[in-house]
Amino acid sequence: MEALDSLFHGFGVLLTFHNMVLMLIGICLGILVGVLPGLGGPNGVAILLPLTFTMDPTSAIVLLSCIYWGALFGGAITSILFNIPGEAWSVATTFDGYPMAQKGEAAEALTAAFTASFVGSIVAVMLITFLAPWIASFALRFGPPEFFAVYMLTFCSFVGLGKEARHKIVISLTIGFLLAAVGMDTVSGELRMTFGSVELLRGFDFLVAVIGLFGISEILLAMEEHLAFKGQEAKIRFTVVWRTWMTLPRYWMTLLRSSAIGCWLGVTPGGAIAASFMGYNLAKRFSRDGASFGKGKIEGVLAPETAAHAAGTSALLPMLALGIPGSGTAAVLLGGLMVWGLQPGPLLFVEQKDFVWGLIASMYLGNIAGLIIVLATVPLFASVLRVPFATIAPMIIVSCAVGAFAVQNAMFDIWLMLGFGIVGYVFKKIGIPLAPMTLALVLGDKAEDAFRQSMIGLDGGLGIFWSNKLVGTISTLALIMLFWPLIGKAIDMIRGSGRSAPGAASSGSSRP
Amino acid sequence: MLEKLVSKRAALVAACLSGFTVSSAMAAWEPTKPIEIIVPAGAGGASDQMARMMQAAIQNNKLSPTPIVVTLKGGANGGEGLMDMQASAGDPYKMVISNSAIYTLPLANKLPFDWRKLTPVSILAFDNFVLWVNANAPYNTAQELVEAMKKEPAGAFKLGGTGSKREDHILAAAVERISGVKFSYIPYKSGGEAATQLVGDHIKVNVNNPSENVAVWRAGQVKALCVFDNEPMDYPAKVAGDKSWKDIPTCKSQGIDFQWIMLRGVFLPAGVTPDQVAFYQDMLGKLVETKEFKEYLEKQALKPSDLKGAEMVKFLEQDEALYKDLMTQSGFVAN
Repeated sequence: MEALDSLFHGFGVLLTFHNMVLMLIGICLGILVGVLPGLGGPNGVAILLPLTFTMDPTSAIVLLSCIYWGALFGGAITSILFNIPGEAWSVATTFDGYPMAQKGEAAEALTAAFTASFVGSIVAVMLITFLAPWIASFALRFGPPEFFAVYMLTFCSFVGLGKEARHKIVISLTIGFLLAAVGMDTVSGELRMTFGSVELLRGFDFLVAVIGLFGISEILLAMEEHLAFKGQEAKIRFTVVWRTWMTLPRYWMTLLRSSAIGCWLGVTPGGAIAASFMGYNLAKRFSRDGASFGKGKIEGVLAPETAAHAAGTSALLPMLALGIPGSGTAAVLLGGLMVWGLQPGPLLFVEQKDFVWGLIASMYLGNIAGLIIVLATVPLFASVLRVPFATIAPMIIVSCAVGAFAVQNAMFDIWLMLGFGIVGYVFKKIGIPLAPMTLALVLGDKAEDAFRQSMIGLDGGLGIFWSNKLVGTISTLALIMLFWPLIGKAIDMIRGSGRSAPGAASSGSSRP
Repeated sequence: MLEKLVSKRAALVAACLSGFTVSSAMAAWEPTKPIEIIVPAGAGGASDQMARMMQAAIQNNKLSPTPIVVTLKGGANGGEGLMDMQASAGDPYKMVISNSAIYTLPLANKLPFDWRKLTPVSILAFDNFVLWVNANAPYNTAQELVEAMKKEPAGAFKLGGTGSKREDHILAAAVERISGVKFSYIPYKSGGEAATQLVGDHIKVNVNNPSENVAVWRAGQVKALCVFDNEPMDYPAKVAGDKSWKDIPTCKSQGIDFQWIMLRGVFLPAGVTPDQVAFYQDMLGKLVETKEFKEYLEKQALKPSDLKGAEMVKFLEQDEALYKDLMTQSGFVAN
């Protein structure tokens, strides 16, 4: 077991007083930036990067990666308590986390989210420990058609498995695609829909949109209801952690499925966000009680959190092994690696054993320490809901504005955030789901690039999406997802031709 | 050549000094608040790496009395950062590290930007372009590649590069004209992506900068055929197996007579005072002597440069004319 030897070597590197202190500092700072909407992992890491220039690379990466783990944990907190995703990949956590908080189960939801994060991360780290070389070569098999097929699968599973009316999902997706197209088009090298404005050159930032669509619109809704406090008084006892844990083993299938999705999507760029949505949608599809998703079901918190964290963790692997960052934070860390004199790439694992295995060991310890710290804060954060909403609302708005500004240091983004807030408010009123729009905004231009890159060259044509086993499987899966309602109906009709209960297609009616 | 440069520099320094004596009552300018390095590119890219290295070298060697902050403004292939600089006239606390986007964006996208509206400070380095193929490819020289391409239908070979109507694309088009072949050009978001796509055999060729491909080269996953410069790179240390950067022959020696290098230069906004420019030239002059900077140059296989002042402006004008000519020939200039 060469990997185990290396791992223990890594623990040896890590277990010094100095590094352990840095680890704890990193996690606490990470939770802090994760809680503030928009500030998030990439900014937290970027702000602290200059402090690490004089450190040795292992201590530096321990500090910075622990900020990352902390931010991953912290992102769930505001999603659950205020329906405001602290991080892009926490959007799916709001679907059931916020309803749970409204039912007075905030502490349960937080515990579930943190535990799920931990499970996802640990599965991904184990994968990195034992399968790193294999995963790196798997990632190399992804060309433009494969990337497009993965994005397609994400979009199709949204349309096919979504709970809202299909036409409303498609409307929301389309608006997202339109917004994603603003700015520089990679394939043609042309500016699109910038109308001569300097502010529009960079296009619409996903985080600014998320803060506005979810955060500001939620405040507007609350104001309309005279700042009535929707969250009931949460009963907070520390035993809640234990009680929630006791219920978790029965969801092992959800945890396992989401971990697998997360690890798989984590090695492709933009993975964590797609993973959280897909984890959620698939959990809903395969749950015995899919119809009650979105009304405060613990599975609806577990599924996206596990997937997002498995993806967020495995996103570090392509950064280390290929030099391709799988997430925003990974991109900032990549810059740091260079400053510390390390060259990411296939040889990093061979030449920088101390660094790589120190980092991997810190993933284990960092996540364990992170879990303990965040679980200890569950009562604290859950009790935030006892503060009158009229007091906390202005603080949320300020925090949203700071977050939106911090993304690009641009005042324009604050106005944009308010604009998105109004759009979000209207959409919530007329029942258009916001999640498809945010998904399309973040993956839309990637999907478009991948599609058009696939079309270039002599083999360009729709056949390229079935040109090998890998891409063919993903593409076919995507189409099955898209037409799932029809397929489900057809299966029911064939089965039900003898029986008397047709219809009620995709709502899981075939329960014994 | 070098001597001529040195004497010109001496003349320039003398001119600056005489300027100083006139206004010697005024103390030399020093920053009193943090200096912002604007990176007109995304996180983790070559410009970002350069900015982080500069930040580290300046802080570790205490070359500036105030801290250095790195700000990424990578929207529209860096257009966002360049427009921000153009709008910051008179602000001596902002410097931008730019590459040839200063020519390509106004030409290809009609971006209302002109580098003449900034203050050129110095060119710190030039980046080379290398012709790379997958390690398992049957050809070992540029000639063999061109011959192999001529046996296939036009466009059968995919060449991947960063963006569209930019350095890589212009270079690919120039190679097509010189060698009489035709690539299918695939634009990716970054050089890193083009590197892994080459390793995964999704494209046949790329023209990445040395730094973008060095990791996969050292791992034995790609082969370097030739470098688009008039002489080989001057780094004789072994990098990939028994190969050094210096071992890569010039493309000129392999029948593709074309030189293509890209500046990595520093600009201040317009309207800054001469003593402010002098501070930055002095700081950057010390920077290029630091251990960090020299290691960085070698690691990224960059060509050192000491162009500044009038020399730099002259170079920029010639370089811009070259870009304009090549981009016009390839039909990349917006009407």
